[in-house]
Amino acid sequence: MEFLLVLGLPLLGGIALAATGHWKRAAEINSAFSLFTLLAAIALTLRIVEHGPQLLFEEQIFVDPLNVFLVALTAFVGFTTSLFSRPYMRIEHDHGRLSATRLRLYHSMFQLFTFTMLLALTTNNMGILWVAMEAATLTTVLLVSLYRTAASLEAAWKYFILCGVGIAQALFGTILLYFAAEKVLGHDVALLWTHLDAVKGQLEPTVLSLAFVFLLVGYGTKVGLVPLHNWLPDAHAEGPTPVSAVLSGLLLNVALYAVVRCKVLADGALHSNLAGLLMMGFGLLSVVVASFFLSRQKDIKRLFGYSSIEHMGIVTFAFGMGGPVASFAGLLHMTVHSLTKSAIFFAVGHAAQKCGSQLIEQIRGLIKQSPTVGWGLMLGTLAILGMPPFGVFASEFLILTTAMKAQPWATPILLISLGVAFAAIFGKVQPMVFGEPTAKRLPHKPAMLPVFMHLGLVLMLGLWIPPYLAEWYRQAAKLIG
Amino acid sequence: MSTGLHLDLPFYAQVINLLAAMLLLLSFAMLAQRRILSLINLFMAQGVVLFASTAVVAAATNQHHLYWSALITLVLKVFLLPWILHRLIRRLNVKWDIETLINIPTTMMIGLVLVIFSFNLALPISALAGTITRSTLGIAMAAVMLAFLMMITRSKAVPQVIGFLAMENGLFFAATSATYGMPMVVELGIALDVLVGMVILGVFFFQIREQFDSLDIRHMEKLKDD
Repeated sequence: MEFLLVLGLPLLGGIALAATGHWKRAAEINSAFSLFTLLAAIALTLRIVEHGPQLLFEEQIFVDPLNVFLVALTAFVGFTTSLFSRPYMRIEHDHGRLSATRLRLYHSMFQLFTFTMLLALTTNNMGILWVAMEAATLTTVLLVSLYRTAASLEAAWKYFILCGVGIAQALFGTILLYFAAEKVLGHDVALLWTHLDAVKGQLEPTVLSLAFVFLLVGYGTKVGLVPLHNWLPDAHAEGPTPVSAVLSGLLLNVALYAVVRCKVLADGALHSNLAGLLMMGFGLLSVVVASFFLSRQKDIKRLFGYSSIEHMGIVTFAFGMGGPVASFAGLLHMTVHSLTKSAIFFAVGHAAQKCGSQLIEQIRGLIKQSPTVGWGLMLGTLAILGMPPFGVFASEFLILTTAMKAQPWATPILLISLGVAFAAIFGKVQPMVFGEPTAKRLPHKPAMLPVFMHLGLVLMLGLWIPPYLAEWYRQAAKLIG
Repeated sequence: MSTGLHLDLPFYAQVINLLAAMLLLLSFAMLAQRRILSLINLFMAQGVVLFASTAVVAAATNQHHLYWSALITLVLKVFLLPWILHRLIRRLNVKWDIETLINIPTTMMIGLVLVIFSFNLALPISALAGTITRSTLGIAMAAVMLAFLMMITRSKAVPQVIGFLAMENGLFFAATSATYGMPMVVELGIALDVLVGMVILGVFFFQIREQFDSLDIRHMEKLKDD
């Protein structure tokens, strides 16, 4: 029942918001749908915590501790983003950047995008996972090009073509996986992850290693792993800010989740560390390249887009190392990154609106003009840079200490990159917050509640992880291995 | 045969191999075709070959769900998508557009190398396959690679999208030749995605043209890091 609501509400919301045309209250209805999705997700989470993993709908749907935590996170960030987008989009409308029809498209696609992500997370069928990931690309293409400017069209085209090609590799990987599994399992259940997981030791290693490479490259494109990351900064910079927030905070997580599910199968079949090594390699490369690109950015949303690549690289590296501690830290980092990064995008969105530009050099002195936006951006930046006592510090610390033991060669590379990233981002954000003001007043009150809600949670996760949450992460980490 | 199916091997296998060869030939023809209109016709021909090969595999192996995939292929790739594309280029007025800036001989040479590469990559997998179509797996991979090459070399939006669709054709052929097709629900999902993607792209073409006055994506190279 809860599950039907989790998937049904956003789907229904997408259709309803598309069909009802431009309602004056469309933004509130959007938030209401997201709120009820969140409540359903919480109910589902409680049930899983109580009763353990569940298979539904002739085994097509599988909910276990690993994905239910991402379902809850997705629903939560979806809800807060809808809260943020209400005043944000209203201001964009008043500034004349968006018409009423575009807003209708935006609200409808926002709900459908949530639906595709939740479907990708909960499906047990590797084929449906692919279909849902592709559908997520399609819904966001229209969101990225929402402003219809030359730059946003270019960004959306690049996004479509690169992710389309990437996701085609993932389809080939899925075909290979099916090919290996069908010999063991027969036609009917060969793509169901639970069945694959049960027989992963018997799957043909040569085929599976090839399949994993294709799947990693395919879904890795959507994670934004270097060298397949080119679409990410553009899509983040040119789309509306609520979309940047959900792209960074949620879609990258979902794509990484798909990679992790595949890694579990590959590890079982290969009896070697090929999957882990590949993920560590791609992860490290992303961290290094992204952190060195950071200092060259002039656009604030591009800057944080690159920062997302860096953090996704860290998580990929952690999952690549494997083991209970690294996987635990990886999951924690996924959570705190998506909370912090979406909070930063909320603050950045309002800052850019105030100054009428996304260029870093034109945003100055936020703290004098609007203390909440300024502090929100400053605290978010400190959090994402891994300052204690925020949660990012805890997860990065765990990843680094595990790396020192398990992969000592990687530790200096990680540390240097984190240092470079710190210098680049802090050096750029500091004058934005404390310099001489250029900001103007906005026609509507900015929505800062979601920012501080997210940062509060990140702070809490840095100081104290509630025991049941920690237990849940531990269970999920055990599943990843 | 390790799958334990009763197969009328030689004749069916020959027909399938013939169709696979035609698919590869069509991929090369697309790679070398400069005119958008002919490109769409070649894409349609590829759809016909896919439909025929799926139907033949279905008849040869008695896999009933393959008849359905053949039907979907026929409707989607022979009628619907080419129809949408034809309508699009008519309304965009790019029907007689010619791509001038590609070096066909070099592209063909790279294509040949890609085919050899794919055959080598497919060799260990087809050795494991028990399907009557296993020898065509290399061709399917080659078709994917060639479509990919076509996407890279083209600078106009419509040919790039046709390349994208041709890549999906290659993947579909890979699925039929390695495993007799994916489960039905997955195939339906993929077909839906392709169709929705095509419609979205159609909308997109108009936006691009409105903004840039042309469908040449060399205009879209403004977003860079420097």
